[in-house]
Amino acid sequence: MKELLIIAIGSAMVNNVVLSQFLGLCPFIGVSKKVDTAAGMGGAVCFVITIASLCTGLIYKFILTPLNFQYLQTIVFILVIAALVQFIEMFLKKSIPSLYSALGVYLPLITTNCAVLGVALTNVQKEYGILQGVVNGLATAVGFLIAIVIMAGIREKTEYNDIPKAFEGSAIVLVTAGLMAIAFFGFSGLI
Amino acid sequence: MGKYAERLYNGIIKENPTFVLVLGMCPTLAVTTSAINGVGMGLSTTAVLVMSNMLISMLRKVIPDSVRMPAFIVVVASFVTIVQFLLQGFVPSLYDSLGLYIPLIVVNCIILGRAESYASKNPVVLSIFDGIGMGLGFTLALTLIGMFREIIGAGKIFGFQILGDWYTPITIFVLAPGALFVLGFMTAIQNAIANKKGKPRKDTFGDCGAGCANCSNSTCSGRFLTEEPEEKKETVKEVKSAKTAEKE
Repeated sequence: MKELLIIAIGSAMVNNVVLSQFLGLCPFIGVSKKVDTAAGMGGAVCFVITIASLCTGLIYKFILTPLNFQYLQTIVFILVIAALVQFIEMFLKKSIPSLYSALGVYLPLITTNCAVLGVALTNVQKEYGILQGVVNGLATAVGFLIAIVIMAGIREKTEYNDIPKAFEGSAIVLVTAGLMAIAFFGFSGLI
Repeated sequence: MGKYAERLYNGIIKENPTFVLVLGMCPTLAVTTSAINGVGMGLSTTAVLVMSNMLISMLRKVIPDSVRMPAFIVVVASFVTIVQFLLQGFVPSLYDSLGLYIPLIVVNCIILGRAESYASKNPVVLSIFDGIGMGLGFTLALTLIGMFREIIGAGKIFGFQILGDWYTPITIFVLAPGALFVLGFMTAIQNAIANKKGKPRKDTFGDCGAGCANCSNSTCSGRFLTEEPEEKKETVKEVKSAKTAEKE
């Protein structure tokens, strides 16, 4: 239990997926204009990454390892993730329309989110078991959610600020993200 | 030779993937802690890009249009795996410092973007040169950013001490926040130059996030299994043909 907690805090706070590993930077900059869309995106990422780390973990352990096909992990994982996102989208549309209407628009954007593949590969690299992998995935996604919601909150405020003309748009967002990254360094003493 | 040289010029200067198209930002930020890492990442990406462009261009008449994205991904992922093992075998130190970002070359928008928008429509040799041009453009950008961060953050270039004892390194620049600062200021400088010329730059970074679907090439793995509505497909095609016409 303690080990799981350490993994969770480590992935969500200390090694924040966006601010220290730079995975999933595109949606972080692109979809962070409003807090509610940012939260929607973050929620969808949580959903997908958790399921994806479960699936890739199972496939790695029960298909690739027994057959000694570990070297195919990159190919297999990216195809599994792409298919999985489509499947989740169809499933939500049919079975849970309310969740679909909240997260649906963001789902197709997630496949290319390198964070999903990144988590699957990290799980293998660090030799996590299935449960540890899922916890790591969920925590990473929560880290993304925290970062993108904070960023959206800041951006809603900076809308009204007087920013130098050259810094308008993504430039000021990147500088803000840099400051946030410094703030997140404060968590590194936690573990 | 003119059109081949034109491809190289296009990739390195005119449509530089990092500075102009703003693609593949994740590896750009993550690995540029030193110039040598930038070179390593750039060259690995170039190798994958050249080989995948070549193979996809060879297969462009064989691959059915409806399954082209999964086919491209399999091609790219295979080459990435090969490059990963080569690095692990021959340059283990570089392999260790790039780590996770080598397999993540698969999701680099530049590679799928070139496959979709160039290699799948053009002859083999031209596609190879396009790959070389784009790859070198990416390498150049990563090396420049890496050098900049290394000088400010450690006073070194390629590991050699450049600035003397009088210089106190601003360590934050080789850490994660430094990457974001450098990129932010880089964007701002480009904006300032464009504003001065009277042609404001389009903020392509935000576009990419609004859907890698728009990632300047309307590709990236996400969309490939969904049936796009006919209407949308046509407009995409129109835009693309307009773009290619412009280029010619």
